Amino acid sequence: MAEIMDISEAVRNYVQDGAAVALEGFTHLIPFAAGHELIRQRRKDLTLIRMTPDLLYDQMIGMGMVRKLVFSWGGNPGVGSLHRFRDAVEHSWPQPLATEEHSHAAMANAYQAGAAGLPCAVFRGYRGTDLPGVNPNIRFIRCPFTNEELACIPSIRPDVTIIHAQKADREGNVLIEGIVGVQKEAVLASKQAIVTVEEIVDELQPPSPNAVVLPAWTISAVAAVPGGARPSYAHGYYRRDNSFYIAWDEISRDRDRFLGWVRENVLDKHTAGAPAG
Amino acid sequence: MTYSTPEMMTVAAARELSNHDVCFVGIGLPSAACNLARLTHAPRITLIYESGTLATKPKALPLSIGDGELCDTALNTVSVPEIFRYWLQGGRITVGFLGGAQVDRFGNLNSTVIGAYDRPKVRLPGSGGACEIGMSCGEIFLILQHHPRSFVSHVDFVTTLGHGRTGRERRELGIPTKGPTLLVTDLCIMRPDAETNEFRVVSVHPGVTREQVQQQTGWPVQFADTVAQTEPPSPHELAVLRSLF
Repeated sequence: MAEIMDISEAVRNYVQDGAAVALEGFTHLIPFAAGHELIRQRRKDLTLIRMTPDLLYDQMIGMGMVRKLVFSWGGNPGVGSLHRFRDAVEHSWPQPLATEEHSHAAMANAYQAGAAGLPCAVFRGYRGTDLPGVNPNIRFIRCPFTNEELACIPSIRPDVTIIHAQKADREGNVLIEGIVGVQKEAVLASKQAIVTVEEIVDELQPPSPNAVVLPAWTISAVAAVPGGARPSYAHGYYRRDNSFYIAWDEISRDRDRFLGWVRENVLDKHTAGAPAG
Repeated sequence: MTYSTPEMMTVAAARELSNHDVCFVGIGLPSAACNLARLTHAPRITLIYESGTLATKPKALPLSIGDGELCDTALNTVSVPEIFRYWLQGGRITVGFLGGAQVDRFGNLNSTVIGAYDRPKVRLPGSGGACEIGMSCGEIFLILQHHPRSFVSHVDFVTTLGHGRTGRERRELGIPTKGPTLLVTDLCIMRPDAETNEFRVVSVHPGVTREQVQQQTGWPVQFADTVAQTEPPSPHELAVLRSLF
């Protein structure tokens, strides 16, 4: 059952060094504040899992916390490269980064398989491409009924999934709205889940009986962190700070400038909150 | 009215889309072309983005694939597993619209690495949706700026299967979708040859010579028997395109 606590306590309690952690969010609701707490607490040797590692994972990779990245698209959307990710892959800075590379369809299916308690995901994909040649976790099986060759990858079962959402009630039930991405699947696939929210309310009041609600018993910890997705956005609360995504291209190009930015905007901030910009 | 070569490219791509299309839209040039079509000759086209937004009608071009504008103007927003399983893999998409860092003569796309995979010269973002978009959409339209570094005889990595290294791989693998049927660049329009699946120039943009096309292409480029000249952008097409930025 979800316990309401502050984000530093949630990270201390549930994220160990060496853990496989998914901080999910598909452009929307990216849990930046929670990720920054991981940076402040100096977690290391992490396996990070995410379909679209963007600025947050770029920051964590650049801080030397990440041993392995499982991903399907590693860029700054609409802007270009992730320079810290590239520096790690191309020059092993600040340390070598192992990668397990997939496509979006594969990872979406693998989270769903994890949520469904299955060992693997089966889908139509990857055939004729070079990805199976560089990722031994991409295999093929034949449909026992039609003989069609289908792609198969292991389900994703993170040790900890961390997401950001709009609201929780005082029992820890969580409401997610807008572009909901793969967050429900990522939480249900995980052993432990931490959710940061814009606000904790008396009544959740989902707008429809079919709204995306994560019940309290699927979550380990809920923390109120207003603005916790910035510079990403929270539908109904604040907009995406596109100018920061553009500015990140310059900030992250240079190692020293990057480290200075993290020191000023993450490490020297004692309370979890939005980064400048 | 004067126009830039990227504008010519976007307009030429937009013209290929129709009201009947259900289009899986990549960010950047594909998104500009698809929305230009929607706001000019194809108002009933259905645009789907991989963030889960169905039948979306953005007023301004989104920077990312998941900007709030896409959700705010969509008929419905579904989860990412649903978009890939039911809508893409389920066969509900007529056209996938993709760009990439490298393309070869058979329309194979690389968006993964330049150089060797284990020691890349440039680590690119990777597949994202592109790998299965190439497999499950009815057909694929490609849009890339013409440059010898991008139009290469051999892509460093096949991220998205076009017609394969031999031009025949889709048939050999039993993949029933058409694959790439159109390649629009800032210089010309190319389509695959009916026999070999090699992309040939079918139309050059105004003011572009065959020599220019060859200079920017990293293989001996073929021209169709009759090569048309692309109609320049109309003032209306340009005005609508510019209003999106």
